[in-house]
Amino acid sequence: MTTTAVSHAVSPAPRRFRFGPLWLAAPGLAFLAVFFLVPVARLMGLSLEDADTGALTMAHYARIFDTDVYFRVLLITFRIAALTTLFSLLFGYPLAYWLARLPEHRRGTMILLVMVPFWTSYLVKSFAWVIVLGRTGVINQIGMGTGLLSEPLELLHNEFGVMVGMVHAMTPLAVLTMLPVMTGIDRRLTQASGTLGATPAKGFWLVYFPLSLPGAAAAGLLTFISSLGFFIVPALLGGRQQTMLAQLIIVQVQEILNWAFAGALAALMLTTALVTCWLYDRVFGLSSLSGEPSDGKSGRKGVLRGLGLAVLDALAGVSSAVSTGANRVLGQAVSTRMLAFYCALMFAFLMLPTLVVLPIGFTSSQFLEFPPPGYGLDWFRTYFTSDLWVAATIRSFGVAFATAIVATAIGGFAALALARSNSRWRGLIFALFLAPMIVPRIVIAVGLFYLFAQMGLVATDVGLVIGHTVLALPFAFVAIAAVLKSYDWRLDQAAATLGANRVQALRFVTVPLIKSGLTAAFLFAFITSFDELTVAIFVSGGVKTTLPKQMWDDMILQLNPTLAAVSVVVFIVVTTLLLAAERLRRSSQA
Amino acid sequence: MLAKPDQANQPKLLVDGLAKSYGPAVALKPTHLAVEPGEFLTLLGPSGSGKTTLLQMVSGLVAPTQGRLFIDGRDETQTPVHKRDIGLVFQHYALFPHLTVAENIGFPLKMRGLSSADIQKQVAGALEMVQLGHLAGRFPRELSGGQQQRVALARCFVYKPAIILMDEPLGALDKKLREHMQFEIKDLHRKTGATIIYVTHDQEEALALSDRICLMNHARVEQIGPPHEIYARPRTAFAADFIGISNIFRGRVECGADGATHLATASGRLRIDGDNLANDAEMALVVRPEHIELGSAGENEVRGNVAEIVYAGSETRLLVEVAADERVTVRVLPGKPLPKLGENITLSWKPEAAVLVTP
Ligand SMILES: Nc1ncnc2c1ncn2[C@@H]1O[C@H](COP(=O)(O)OP(=O)(O)O)[C@@H](O)[C@H]1O
Ligand SMILES: [Mg+2]
Repeated sequence: MTTTAVSHAVSPAPRRFRFGPLWLAAPGLAFLAVFFLVPVARLMGLSLEDADTGALTMAHYARIFDTDVYFRVLLITFRIAALTTLFSLLFGYPLAYWLARLPEHRRGTMILLVMVPFWTSYLVKSFAWVIVLGRTGVINQIGMGTGLLSEPLELLHNEFGVMVGMVHAMTPLAVLTMLPVMTGIDRRLTQASGTLGATPAKGFWLVYFPLSLPGAAAAGLLTFISSLGFFIVPALLGGRQQTMLAQLIIVQVQEILNWAFAGALAALMLTTALVTCWLYDRVFGLSSLSGEPSDGKSGRKGVLRGLGLAVLDALAGVSSAVSTGANRVLGQAVSTRMLAFYCALMFAFLMLPTLVVLPIGFTSSQFLEFPPPGYGLDWFRTYFTSDLWVAATIRSFGVAFATAIVATAIGGFAALALARSNSRWRGLIFALFLAPMIVPRIVIAVGLFYLFAQMGLVATDVGLVIGHTVLALPFAFVAIAAVLKSYDWRLDQAAATLGANRVQALRFVTVPLIKSGLTAAFLFAFITSFDELTVAIFVSGGVKTTLPKQMWDDMILQLNPTLAAVSVVVFIVVTTLLLAAERLRRSSQA
Repeated sequence: MLAKPDQANQPKLLVDGLAKSYGPAVALKPTHLAVEPGEFLTLLGPSGSGKTTLLQMVSGLVAPTQGRLFIDGRDETQTPVHKRDIGLVFQHYALFPHLTVAENIGFPLKMRGLSSADIQKQVAGALEMVQLGHLAGRFPRELSGGQQQRVALARCFVYKPAIILMDEPLGALDKKLREHMQFEIKDLHRKTGATIIYVTHDQEEALALSDRICLMNHARVEQIGPPHEIYARPRTAFAADFIGISNIFRGRVECGADGATHLATASGRLRIDGDNLANDAEMALVVRPEHIELGSAGENEVRGNVAEIVYAGSETRLLVEVAADERVTVRVLPGKPLPKLGENITLSWKPEAAVLVTP
């Protein structure tokens, strides 16, 4: 037994081909290539082709800038998107700040007051604003009733209406985007600035604010890009003067069938979105989008940095003086409650309009009156006895279910692949799976419509599921990737040494342990599909409509209390699923 | 080529030139190693010396850059982890948090397709063996560190793998519990007759547990042998230094005309035994503290001032400064007279107590 070291020539280990983990992302990559990259690229291609000869031309672009009407739409779109971004950031920042400073368990609860409005269907939200802001709406009723108003205010079908709807729709996104960066800021830093002699106001502007800037900028980026592609809010709350780019694209495709021109408009929108992303990346680095600390890019810009610091200095001085003054006048207790009071107002702004719809679903009136003169289930009866509505509801559930399964499977394998891989392609693939969130939905939808028209998938459930899966994939992917981040891969190694093959390890160890993440992914994908309208507008043709599509058609044609009843159902379904998903997501992190 | 080992005393594990690099970084140089059936072999070495790498290549979790590996004479170099008949005890146990203690232990049996009745019986036996029968229904997070460790051991022993690998299994436990668990592991080894390869960076643990120690340094094997041999006959200064306390005198060989050989060190010329030593070669002489006597008693003597007196309970250690910045450690047993601090004393040892090693 003393043959300790055997010495002889070293024999080489023959190389064996191993399936790298990245292969698991292959189905997702193929899916996105065919149903996301190709259609979008094809649409861009169309915008450069002469419709008859196929020759390369810039004519469609020239037309946008030559025709006053189109150019004005372009300007209005940018104006509304920019204003929406500005106001969402202004209103959202203090709310996010307040949430970030709450103890963790309370933040978990309060954040639901942002999550619910975030996931509530845009249709329901816009419908709610019509009821609140209309000529005979809640505000005018109250104003006239109390004698504050002598005649009803014009709150709808103008820029005011659009801005209210847009800011209401986008503030939750802004808050949820900046929150991770803010919660990541080490609280001891502001405490340290206090011990170093800074007043709280100065500590905020000179320490906290600069650190939160990447988050705020990320929020601005996402808000701006999403606003660019909006059409529900301007269509329902705006007037002719507030027509936005996406509405124009819909008209070009649906009514005029001018693909090339629609493509040019879409290309313009996409380019703007990408340029904004690029600018953001240059200044902050895209990594701060996911709440990771900025990679210091912002620290390098000499002149900009000096200027920024000077501005902050001035702000710090002014607000320090103001808050000292305010403290003297109002007393310390009152001024510390100001923020909480403001947040209560914001929560009311975000939640109340939707809640107004609920009683109207139960109205006994023929009209959308608030408060309802009496209550009854008439409109639910109308809803549930209408073949059209019932078919649409069933289709929406079916499509959402299928979408959720496909998106969770594809997204799950992709997340698994990326979690285990350290390939240099990782970053690129990660970006690709998130890209459907960045590219305006209207661009994806029109691109898919063109593709589906060639494949014969228009007005089919398969087409809907494919389209919705493209949109839901980022949400499913992110939900699973988040759980895998804290997953202990040694457990898989342990399973392997104990005799489990790859499939068994996945089935008996990995999947049970990331089950909560998978379920959350399923639910988020389900919700995304369940109230998706953009793809549905194009792809669910004829009688085969989905619930949001049917709502949209009704809203355009004639508002009626059935819509309120439908809204109640949609709101309850989505909110229930959301709360379930959030609960699971949180329990998995505990 | 490798001569086919004869069936009768075939090693359980034969590592034939296994090596691993990560890009330009070498984690393990080509290594040869044979482990006998039922042997308890310890891989001992400082952090980063390649112990985990070697262990993981044996387990199949890491693919070697070159070399082969035989278990019971079969070439298993290409066998995937789950088909290789090995068991691995992880440093942080890697118990499945969603499974109970019994389900954790039953996991490898389930993977091998045993009937649930058999699984139940064997799990009960394994639980009995580690004295955890009363905790079968608990989840891992409801157990103490020591209990989790025992579950990990039971999960590994229950399917009787050909080889059991343990990577610093006691690293996460406190000292008292660690010593206790060492006994339990030793006991399990005796009871089961398993072949165990054990990784640690703790030399005391290695000395206490092993049949043989494989000392590793700088991504290669420094020396292999039974604990007493490695302690008494280290081959390199590193081996002498890493295991136990050593006094190392470095110097150059001087071959005298009369056939006597000396080592010229900072502390003086020391008489050494050795055949065919090249004149002027750099060598080192190792003398363990227990072999050094106070006073003059032989050929090899050094003188120095007592720089420190350290009381250590069962003995007292003297640190004697024999040259600038060179201190020799001497053990003095209780009851023997102690010199005073700063006193100039003579130290000596018997020539056969000293070991000549490469520096
Ligand atoms: N996955 C890896 N990638 C790159 N280097 C590694 C990897 N694993 C180990 N190494 C390197 O290989 C060397 C040996 O590591 P290891 O076998 O873990 O040492 P030990 O277990 O003895 O502490 C170390 O220098 C370590 O940095
Ligand atoms: Mg190690």
